[in-house]
Amino acid sequence: MIAVELRKLFRRPRTWATIAVLNALPVLVAVLLVLTDLAPRPGEGPPFLSAVLTNGALYPLAALAIVLPLFLPIAVAVVAGDSVAGEAQAGTLRYLLARPAGRTRLLVAKLVAVLAFVLVTVVVVAAVGYLVGTTLFDAQPVAGTSVSGTSLTPEELAVRTVLAIGYVAVSMLGVAAFALFFSTLTDSPLGATMGALVVLVTSSLLFTLDAASPIAPYLPTRYWLAFVDFFRDPVLWRDITRGIALQGVYVGVLLAAAWANFTTKDITS
Amino acid sequence: MSTVIATRGLAKQYGRLHAVDGIDLDVRAGDVYGFLGANGSGKTTTVRMLLGLVLPTRGEIDLLGERMPRAGRRVLPRVGALIESPAAHGHLSGRENLALLDAAGPGGSRRDRRRRVADVLDQVGLGGVGRRPVKAYSLGMRQRLGLAGALLRRPELLVLDEPTNGLDPQGISEIRELLLELHRGGTTIFLSSHLLAEVEQLCTRVGVLDRGRLVLQDDLAILTAPTGATVVRTPTPERVRAVLDGRVAAVDAERVVVSGGDAAEVNALLVRAGIPITGLAPDRPTLEEVVLAAAATSADRVERAP
Repeated sequence: MIAVELRKLFRRPRTWATIAVLNALPVLVAVLLVLTDLAPRPGEGPPFLSAVLTNGALYPLAALAIVLPLFLPIAVAVVAGDSVAGEAQAGTLRYLLARPAGRTRLLVAKLVAVLAFVLVTVVVVAAVGYLVGTTLFDAQPVAGTSVSGTSLTPEELAVRTVLAIGYVAVSMLGVAAFALFFSTLTDSPLGATMGALVVLVTSSLLFTLDAASPIAPYLPTRYWLAFVDFFRDPVLWRDITRGIALQGVYVGVLLAAAWANFTTKDITS
Repeated sequence: MSTVIATRGLAKQYGRLHAVDGIDLDVRAGDVYGFLGANGSGKTTTVRMLLGLVLPTRGEIDLLGERMPRAGRRVLPRVGALIESPAAHGHLSGRENLALLDAAGPGGSRRDRRRRVADVLDQVGLGGVGRRPVKAYSLGMRQRLGLAGALLRRPELLVLDEPTNGLDPQGISEIRELLLELHRGGTTIFLSSHLLAEVEQLCTRVGVLDRGRLVLQDDLAILTAPTGATVVRTPTPERVRAVLDGRVAAVDAERVVVSGGDAAEVNALLVRAGIPITGLAPDRPTLEEVVLAAAATSADRVERAP
């Protein structure tokens, strides 16, 4: 069942088109940086972008930071929102369930497929970022500089990059869980995707609002940029662990709700 | 004869609307069961309940001897279904769609999947369709692909909702032949339709649904049994009335209904009197007459409340 869903997802042209579009923005930014040589000053613009002119090996992180606030969540919301509602809209859901695929199994398979998409997307963005960074900029692949100013060994840098990629993927799970839950509520994939995006936009807006500070620690986007903390020396674990715990709670609650709804729902699509 | 579909007091309520209102279906092994009803009478809801897609409000369903929807994982692999319209992923080929559907559930072994897919495609007349994506299929081809999906695991029971939808006359007759052939091979067929002619040509048993209630369920042969009258067609109905005085039950233009089911006897009487006869047959109600007598108005009429 999981293999079936993975095949469906990755044989779909739209999946690869989404990943390609997602990579276009960091590549464009890199080209502009090279042509103009105008990097944002340290502390401004997306994280790591100021550092890439001196070390292209950091560009994967800059690329992730560029797509993280908007592009990546949209892509994840589109795929996860489409997962159940898309089958309902195409009419294939009733055939899958009459096959019988089993509702819980189908939901789990859809979830795994979305996870695979998140991982593949994040890894592709990082890989393309690395390629672009090392070809366009002066790369010092042997060592790096931490955000705190101390230098990192190549091993440290590699491990921390992998950890950061993993953390970004975890951050996207919350979005995926929202979209998947909405996807079980409606027969319209667009509706499910928009629902998840509304949650994200609301969360991002409230995060900037002082009056919302009491609920700020519970906003799903609150700790997204904490992956930068992997590159402090020593690693600043506080926000990272909170971010993972918060995503865990969101994912757990939303998946339980999605399951409860989907397994007791009349399939009338 | 064993029972293939049995429901007891099956009901589905959407809010205050009784979509299906306590029906007792009885479909036996070897039947070609015609499930008739106007649009909106609850046919589709019933079919979906049989397949575990819609959960009943009340009542029980036994499918192939096991309780649904609980036993769905064991029973449904033995059932093939075409639910309303066919559906497939447009960017994949028909072959790939069938393989994915087969892999999505239990009871379809991977080893002979390729062969089974090729076999059913041949069976429904899509053997040469190749790698063309489904989005380039015509309506009739999609219908055939849907039927192929239903046949993929040689089911004991076929549940088909309007299977000839979108097919041209040749296609309809071809699919009818295919269904009859499957039936001869021992497959029970549950055919939901509002096309009376289609049901009359195929089915051995009929159930009629009217606004959520099963108003009729019987063998087609019994429902359309001779009424004991004879229908005479003649250009001179008044002379028939003169000869068979008192036996003429109704005259409608050139059609005269005469009581007495022995057509040969009526024929002899009329010929002896020298009355020209253009047609003579025992009187049978058509399925249409039976259904219209049993079921009231079309359910998609929405009348103003009095």
